[in-house]
Amino acid sequence: MSEKLIDSGNNAAAMAVQLAAAEVIAAYPITPQTPLTEKLSELIAAGEMDAEYVAVESEHSALGVCIGAASAGVRAFTATSSNGLLYMSEQLHWAAGARLPMVMCVVNRGIGAPWSVWNDHQDAMSQRDAGWIQLFAKDHQEIVDITLKAFRLAELVHIPVMVNYDGYYLSHTYMPFELPDAAVVKEFLPAYEYAHALDPQKPESLNTVTLPDSRNDINGVKQPGYMDIRHNLHQEMRLAMDVLEEIDADYQQRFGRGGTPIIDPYCCEDADYIVVAMGTLANQFRDVVDRLRQEDGLKVGVLALQIYRPFPTAKIAEALQSAKGVMVYEKGLSYGNQGALYADLKSALYPYPARPQLHNFIVGLGGRDIRTEDLCQTLKSACLQDDLSSPEQTDTPQWIGLQL
Amino acid sequence: MNIAAKTNVLNLSEEEFVYPGNRACSGCGLSILYRIGLKALGRDCIFVVPPSCLTVMQGLYPIAASQMPILNGTFASTAAIATGVRAAMKRLGKKTQVVAWAGDGGTADIGIQALSGALERNEDIIYICYDNEAYMNTGVQRSGTTPQGSLTTTTPYSGKKEQGKNLPDIVAAHNPAYIATCSASYPLDFHDKLIKAKEISGLKYIHIQTPCPPGWGCEEQMTVKIGKAAIDCGLFDLFEIENGKKQLSEPSKKLLKKEKLDSVRHYLSMQTRFKALSEEQIVVMQERIDKKWDGYRQEFGAG
Amino acid sequence: MPDSRFKVLTSASTSGPGDAGRTGSWRVERPILDYSRCIPAKTGKSACHLCWLYCPDNVVSKAIEPKIDLEYCKGCGICAEECPAKAIEMVSEENFVAGGEDE
Repeated sequence: MSEKLIDSGNNAAAMAVQLAAAEVIAAYPITPQTPLTEKLSELIAAGEMDAEYVAVESEHSALGVCIGAASAGVRAFTATSSNGLLYMSEQLHWAAGARLPMVMCVVNRGIGAPWSVWNDHQDAMSQRDAGWIQLFAKDHQEIVDITLKAFRLAELVHIPVMVNYDGYYLSHTYMPFELPDAAVVKEFLPAYEYAHALDPQKPESLNTVTLPDSRNDINGVKQPGYMDIRHNLHQEMRLAMDVLEEIDADYQQRFGRGGTPIIDPYCCEDADYIVVAMGTLANQFRDVVDRLRQEDGLKVGVLALQIYRPFPTAKIAEALQSAKGVMVYEKGLSYGNQGALYADLKSALYPYPARPQLHNFIVGLGGRDIRTEDLCQTLKSACLQDDLSSPEQTDTPQWIGLQL
Repeated sequence: MNIAAKTNVLNLSEEEFVYPGNRACSGCGLSILYRIGLKALGRDCIFVVPPSCLTVMQGLYPIAASQMPILNGTFASTAAIATGVRAAMKRLGKKTQVVAWAGDGGTADIGIQALSGALERNEDIIYICYDNEAYMNTGVQRSGTTPQGSLTTTTPYSGKKEQGKNLPDIVAAHNPAYIATCSASYPLDFHDKLIKAKEISGLKYIHIQTPCPPGWGCEEQMTVKIGKAAIDCGLFDLFEIENGKKQLSEPSKKLLKKEKLDSVRHYLSMQTRFKALSEEQIVVMQERIDKKWDGYRQEFGAG
Repeated sequence: MPDSRFKVLTSASTSGPGDAGRTGSWRVERPILDYSRCIPAKTGKSACHLCWLYCPDNVVSKAIEPKIDLEYCKGCGICAEECPAKAIEMVSEENFVAGGEDE
């Protein structure tokens, strides 16, 4: 039986991991992720979840344990935030390069220095090139659904998956959500099997030093060089988007929720101006869209990006073809350039005929309050700014809510 | 626990797990250890290996030089990855022995945090550190275990200023189930300590002094002789620590009977890495050895 | 199991000899065994075998008359150094190049 609950985002994630029957969990405490893995250790200690919980001495080791477990063919999970994710960086690349399916919740938080425990997306943005699939949740229900889909996705495409959700906005707030039926989840998510699992019966050396060029194996069969292996990761990461859509369709059939695994548009059909955002910010914009449509008669919409890597280039470009203006609001940036999402989106649009006006807004870094009023005002004035000022000016990110 | 029948060269298994024609340097001490160690460990093992000479020796894709399942991992996380493999084996209900095999840099320096974590959790793995006393795979840079005065590519001209870390002591402070020191020159001693370690649950740490001809500056054929000289002069000791109790192993234990140990000078003179040592440094080194052995004689009597 | 559209290329190696090629070509000196001195050969009994024990490269056989696999022997000379009977002599490879006494 599915179950309706009101609980925190972190607990929602923990219960999803329990449902997914992760077998090895390794984690290191970091705010605001900690309650998630506390909950998992509690579930295991209480005998409500059958898994190994390894209380490691660092995030680097947390992912190390997951790498070991997944290489041996066992389902692994970890979670982290902020500097913890950065401390894992080398292991992130390793897990992806080794094509290990595993799931990690990243409870998004600003990066030090200076220390901040509050939310933004710089942690996930900074690891966008590690070869992980990066999914973003907007509410507690999505945390549950996306986490369950993430395990199946990871194991079907053999690429690790990061489930991102906003620290505090989601991790520590209580919201209603439905927890799917365990028996149906079991049908949805078959057991993890790995063809190259470490096994003394058929010994292989995994992640061996690989030469620039292809080389024959002991049977004289040509095997890939480093670059071929990398190309395959890239190609299959692109293909993973199709698989995610198929998984989502299956999920929707079984559990009644889904349909927007890649992009989630709100009032975009007739919109002249479309906001693009990720996570809770996209949900906040639904209020903004409602208000500007009602009060100002502006045809605005918001497109939530549910997956950041692989970047859904064609889907997003096509969704924006009829818009006059596109406003990218984001909680992270590539210092010295622009918002990372903005730059990606701009490059996605380039090969397509329509060239909507683009605006980039940086909001909410390190938990700076994101006032709906500010979002309304900046969006409205961007909509009304019909003739562009200099290209350089429009291409420069505007920071919202600066106090100095 | 007593070592069962001691293995000798006549009853040592003839089964080989390492193929010839691998990439180890000529006269490699690690190669001796690896070859004989695998005979003790047998086939039901999974290896976890960080970047090291062993990574290269074990082969370049798609050819592996040994017939073992091996998981190559990042430099700092050997003990953590081994923990994950062990946890997976537990889930799968397998007794498969998980063996972490790292160099001195991968253990004493970059890997010490993960090792300390695994020791504290008392993970049921064997952790082997082959200590060739510098970063040999990258071309002989100083490591935490490089001995004082030793010339390396990052301590040129006058040698390393600081004393090397005593890794077995650091490990002993965690109170693991089993600690042993070994030498590439006594592969059968290593073999039997591995046989013993396999039967003990919890973390088993084995530290091996591993002569390296190109790194130590000696002729290739001298690998075994140099390792023996290090033990005969009392500089490097073979021992086991079980349940907190330390016991010298035979090649070191027999030195208790000697009135005077060989001078360290002979050992030092066999290697060019020590040629920058001053007379004063040698005297200090000898004093340290003598003091250590005075302590051993008090602790263990005359053997 | 991965979806059938996915190849999942990884670096998973299987074992075999000669990863580094015929490492016998590294050799500067060749070990030459004198069975008239070799303990097991002389006595006709399994004994000693230190050359087999200490060989880093698994190229010496454990036999009454030990054989050395010159295709892969790197010529380190540990066998010669450790042989208690001095039955192994390291001879410069120059003696074996074309026009020499062998090959």
